Amino acid sequence: MKGLWRGLLTLASLLLVWQSVVTLGDLPPYILPGPWAVMLALWHHSESLLRHAGVTALEIILGMVLGTLLGCGSALALGYSRRVRRWLLPVLIASQAIPVFAIAPLLVLWLGYGMGSKIAMSMLIIYFPVTANFYDGLRHTQRGWLDLARVMLPEPRRWAVLRHIAIPAALPALASGLRIAAAVAPIGAVLGEWVGSSAGLGYLMLHANSRMQVDLMFAALFVLAALAVGLYFLVDAGLKRLLPWHPAIPETEID
Amino acid sequence: MIPIRFAPVPLDLVAPPPLAVSLRTTRLVYGGLILFDGLDLELAGGCFTCLLGPSGIGKTSLLRLLAGLTPPGVSGELRGGDGEPLTGRVAYMAQQDLLLPWLNVLDNVMLGSRLRGERADRKRALDLLGRVGLADCALARPDTLSGGMRQRAALARTLMEDRPVVLMDEPFSGLDALTRLRLQALAAELLAGRTVLLVTHDPLEALRLGEHVLIMNGRPATLSILPDLPGIPPRDPGDPAVQAAYRTILRRLEAA
Repeated sequence: MKGLWRGLLTLASLLLVWQSVVTLGDLPPYILPGPWAVMLALWHHSESLLRHAGVTALEIILGMVLGTLLGCGSALALGYSRRVRRWLLPVLIASQAIPVFAIAPLLVLWLGYGMGSKIAMSMLIIYFPVTANFYDGLRHTQRGWLDLARVMLPEPRRWAVLRHIAIPAALPALASGLRIAAAVAPIGAVLGEWVGSSAGLGYLMLHANSRMQVDLMFAALFVLAALAVGLYFLVDAGLKRLLPWHPAIPETEID
Repeated sequence: MIPIRFAPVPLDLVAPPPLAVSLRTTRLVYGGLILFDGLDLELAGGCFTCLLGPSGIGKTSLLRLLAGLTPPGVSGELRGGDGEPLTGRVAYMAQQDLLLPWLNVLDNVMLGSRLRGERADRKRALDLLGRVGLADCALARPDTLSGGMRQRAALARTLMEDRPVVLMDEPFSGLDALTRLRLQALAAELLAGRTVLLVTHDPLEALRLGEHVLIMNGRPATLSILPDLPGIPPRDPGDPAVQAAYRTILRRLEAA
């Protein structure tokens, strides 16, 4: 409860600062609208905001799901086979040198103006954090557990050890990857929409911007932020439920 | 959800036929150090043997070698008393309980069958949990148990494997004194009839549990055997014979 009040107080102060900048600087609404104007825009355009938010949300979620599947698959292949590791790992790392921003126009060219290119963008942007975190987890299985399995198994069986020990042990690491993914997936979708689209919050923002509807732009930005934060907390809560055995990080403060 | 009976059913822990272990002319070089060279080890079948020695002497390396967790840079010949390799006939218990935190205690005890893709004998696992006094904790997650309870669960998992040879690497050293005494007694009772090698740096633990006590010393390390003590383990640490042997061991360790 205390946290809620503190949050509201912070929000109120930020709004106050925002309003003072507008009032004191005598800024016209097409440069920086005040918070009240943005609230009104949220209200007036609620229907179209909701429709475009739905499109963006679907792109993000599909991108998350597909990117997670692809990332987990890659990490498992890397963890299972030395040959895959030797060939794929350098490619994977090199691929991170190419900014996703740079290939967005290409994706739109190949996959069209529809949802496909945005889903692909989200996928690409989360692929690396998911793969890297999960693979890292798979590589760092506690040695004692592996020893125990070695003694229990008459002959080495990599898949059994992977399935019953290494994969479950790597799930907390995968969870960290998924939290990062939840935070960056919206960036991918909106980026795709900016490059070329006919629906979605990114499209709406670009459209509003070109018509000097800065209040609508801010409203769209607000909805996008709410969407991203909501997604993050949803994923975080879901992961905590799924991994009850994983020791929660004790809350320590650094002063 | 299958209902589970918690009442422990009395169970005769019939050990498999005793199996001796022999290790010949072992040489192990680790990090440029010759840990041992031409080392011979014979474990009598069905006997509880304790291996005592200072830290860093190579006790754990020797145990891992017997467990088939062969360290690099090793040569030697390891056989069971019947001349066959030991693979698949050894159970291993370490200083850490090595319970998997995502499985409940019962599933941890049945880990071996799970790994081998066999049907686990659930009733036997529950019986064993009853024997180690964890009948009520079968469905608990390991992180809800105390250190002593976790090590008892690890003991049940070791027994569940039902192997003739059991190798233990300081399994009780992380516990408080009273819990350790209780667990030692429990281990002596439940492991009777198996060929056990317990590695420890605590002379009293070796004297309390060992039918035979081996001392590992020097570099390259050599093994010497202590005269067998009277009485059946677990012995009382206050026993005069134990106390006398304790002084002998200290002298011998200091002399090296």
